[in-house]
Amino acid sequence: MIVAAAKAPHIDWTGLSPLLALLGGATLVLLVGLLRPRVVRETLVPLLALAAFLATIGLGIWQYGEQKDLISGALRLDDLTTVLSFIFCTGGAAAVLLSWRAVAPREAAHGEYFALLLTTTAGMWVLVAAQNLVSLFLGLELLSIPLYVLCATEMRRATSLEAGLKYLIIGSVGSATLLYGLSFLYGATGSTDFAGIARATGSVANDSLLLTGIGLSVVGLAFKASVAPFHQWTPDVYEGAPTPVTAFMAVATKAAAFGAFLRLFNVALLDASVDWAPALAVLATITIIVGNVGALGQSSLKRLMAWSSVAQAGYMLAGVVVATQLGVQATVFYLAVYLMMNLAAFAVIVIRERETGLGDDIASVQGLGAQRPLLAMSMTLAMLGLSGIPATAGFIGKFYLIDAAISGDYTWLGVVIVIGSMISLAYYLKVVAAMWMQDAPTPGTALATGQPAMAGGSPEADTVGVQPETWFVALLFGAATLFFGIVPSPLFDLAVDAGHAFTGLF
Amino acid sequence: MNLTILLWLPLAAVVAGLILPATEARFAALLGSAATLVLSIVLLVKFDTGEKGLQFVIDKVWISELGIHYKLGVDGLNLFLIVLAAVLFFASIVWSAFREWDRPRLFYLWFGLAESGVLGALMAQDLALFVIFFDLMLVPFLFLGGGWGTPENRVASMVKLFIYTLVGSLLMLSAAVATGVLAPGDSVTFDIAQLSSAARRLPVGSQEWIFLFFAAAFLVKMPAFPVHGWMPDGYRAMPMPVLAVFSGILSKVAAYGFLRIALPVFPDAAVHFQELVLLIALASVLYGSAMAFTTSDVRLILGYSSVAQLGFITLGIFSLKDTGAQGALLQAFNHGLVVAPAFFICALLAARAGGSEDIRDMGGIAFRAPVLATLFLIVAFANLAMPGSSNFVGEFFILLGVFTSKIVIAIVAFTGVALASVYTLRLFIRAVHNRVGPHVESREISLTDGLVVAPLVVLILAIALYPQIALKRSQDAVQASIRDAKALTQPAREASR
Repeated sequence: MIVAAAKAPHIDWTGLSPLLALLGGATLVLLVGLLRPRVVRETLVPLLALAAFLATIGLGIWQYGEQKDLISGALRLDDLTTVLSFIFCTGGAAAVLLSWRAVAPREAAHGEYFALLLTTTAGMWVLVAAQNLVSLFLGLELLSIPLYVLCATEMRRATSLEAGLKYLIIGSVGSATLLYGLSFLYGATGSTDFAGIARATGSVANDSLLLTGIGLSVVGLAFKASVAPFHQWTPDVYEGAPTPVTAFMAVATKAAAFGAFLRLFNVALLDASVDWAPALAVLATITIIVGNVGALGQSSLKRLMAWSSVAQAGYMLAGVVVATQLGVQATVFYLAVYLMMNLAAFAVIVIRERETGLGDDIASVQGLGAQRPLLAMSMTLAMLGLSGIPATAGFIGKFYLIDAAISGDYTWLGVVIVIGSMISLAYYLKVVAAMWMQDAPTPGTALATGQPAMAGGSPEADTVGVQPETWFVALLFGAATLFFGIVPSPLFDLAVDAGHAFTGLF
Repeated sequence: MNLTILLWLPLAAVVAGLILPATEARFAALLGSAATLVLSIVLLVKFDTGEKGLQFVIDKVWISELGIHYKLGVDGLNLFLIVLAAVLFFASIVWSAFREWDRPRLFYLWFGLAESGVLGALMAQDLALFVIFFDLMLVPFLFLGGGWGTPENRVASMVKLFIYTLVGSLLMLSAAVATGVLAPGDSVTFDIAQLSSAARRLPVGSQEWIFLFFAAAFLVKMPAFPVHGWMPDGYRAMPMPVLAVFSGILSKVAAYGFLRIALPVFPDAAVHFQELVLLIALASVLYGSAMAFTTSDVRLILGYSSVAQLGFITLGIFSLKDTGAQGALLQAFNHGLVVAPAFFICALLAARAGGSEDIRDMGGIAFRAPVLATLFLIVAFANLAMPGSSNFVGEFFILLGVFTSKIVIAIVAFTGVALASVYTLRLFIRAVHNRVGPHVESREISLTDGLVVAPLVVLILAIALYPQIALKRSQDAVQASIRDAKALTQPAREASR
């Protein structure tokens, strides 16, 4: 033992390569961002960031299907890690494209902005690969801190700064609570790695230390996944953050937080599921109701998407609650379709923000059906998908979740998901109706929420030309929402493989 | 005969039509729906009346992980409804093609999607597939009504309609998943034929809530009396040709759902709730009739009369007798065939009354427009189930069925027959006879409009002369559909035999 302790831990460098690609990319981007020429900063830097994301996906594909422990079992590369890394790297790549002409990287310096984006993604990778409490927390912090900064990168807009500060404070409370909970888990089970905790929980099922630990960990992760009643930061932060960052947060942070939920609850604490499953089921119900009702009165699209993301978190939590293979698969599947629908919607919001000067108000998409039918079609597919209308991937995802809930003996939770979808129709259809059934607002009625003419803002920067990369994102993910609604098998394969990472489930 | 082609042809045609210039988009839709009509007639001819069970079956695994199959099939239950859908959509698209629409490519795209959605719901033999099409067929109507409807308040009305009916459909979604997952069996299946034996082994409580969720979806879509709140606004908002197909076929899909799913899969629950559903149906008959002869908007008169007619159809289905259920299916076909031309004629009458759709502004055009008035008279007589019409046969069978199962309900329901003549004749007399309305300008029906309405009226006459064509083909399937439920309602007699 002493000999073993003296040795440096064995590190599987190939297994670690996706993480290294992200971190290496971040360093490279940061350094290249220091160069003077404008073309380097505005074109080369985003391209390098994009390349880093794609390289990570590529390395994931290369090692797809392998299961190995990295760094003495602190991290684990399996199909759950890889599939989730596909999700947040796709989100990251889309965020790079959406940020191409955005204000935020210009103000915060391109190198820093894109380096932060890569670093937070690296944090997500660590979080979902984590196999013990320490690496879990490390991953969470590596994810959170760059994201706090990213929210505040539109430095001359007060709401952006406010969003960053708010996210920092509430996020820190969440992290602290989680850390406190993790320490209780360690106290109750005497082990920091998930396998050890799983072995110990069988004997200490009703231990009050363990219960406290579970309760506090739920709260901590619920903050990150914006599960009600710990969601209050979500609308403000989503609204205030630069829209590309919001899009990234919505899809990638959600995927990472649910990855952590799955690892912690469906592996480490699996034997204590009688303790946490009913509580999580109640949280899921509250989240579905609160999120959907909260979205009803919103006129800002970003706030609407924020509340919708709260509701969607509730749906996905149902997959965690049942603690079955089917539940894990349904959650991972839903995370993937949620990525497509959200990116399509946010890309349209970004385009309209730049084109109309109405900000993210719902008026900015009015009459879009007549002006830009393709964009409107993408947004329509996203909205119908989020509300679970057939022929979109969202319907299949919801079907899968209800299927998982019912086969896991949570039939009532399946019905709650359905009731949530009913409420959600009211606000998703509001957006659809604005696009196809209302006329565009007459120019000159710009709202006060539009981008203010900022001191120092160069006039040529405010004129919008064509923005092919944002259109690409909008149309690609709109089409994907339709395509995977009709041919869902490829996504099912990914979800099933990810589910196999959970050997303790059946 | 490939059902996949029949199902997707309307959609494929309009999608291909997107590349045409906007002014020519109508031809793609016309071609698609005409070809669909031809195929449906081929289907009718090739249908083997003697054979029991499904014909032309296509069964492919669609989503193996969830056990969802792409299974289509035709039997006596859906054969005539498929033909009805093809006829009504073709008529509506011809009607629309003679008129100008804003953004025509999109208009016809939604029309084609609607036709494929309706055909899919009718042909699906997999529960999950049925739910998918049942929801999907509603989406295009949201856009058609919200985008091209009567200007005032159309968006709010259509959103209300959509949410109202989707509430039922989503309940049905959870019920369908529960049926597939919970039903005992080797693996999860949504095949309706397999479920009809497996689902009976579910606990009674599960069967009952699942049945209620299905019933909610179907009753809202019909609509039945307490859940018809979307109907007045929705009917006022939709453009006429859209309304003709909506009223003509979508409500029938709901009635068909009872026969295809609710009764064969959950016979115990159906018997348990028989009286509840019968009372709802009876209330729909009375309420619909009463509203139909007190309101003056032609759309609402026809809308409320549909509520009453669908009440009759539900009565027939839940009489749980062969005659009643057969009458109900025949009546579903008849009503679709009657209500669509009625809406077209009302559109013509409104155009002659200065655009007003109020019967108080109409009247007095029969003298100058005898052909139009005659066509309307035939439609009106069919609607009030005049002896000699096929509707008479349908209603007769329905009431015969109810009479043998629940005599009290049958006696009350008879008043509905009398009330039907009151509201239909009131509509007819006020709309074409009486004093000439203030802004009425009497014109005969134009050739192009006649081209749409006259064939439908000829069809009404044809089916009136020979209703056996439908009855004979549907007999076996209807009996099979209600067999289990019927057996449960007469245990004493079965035992004594």
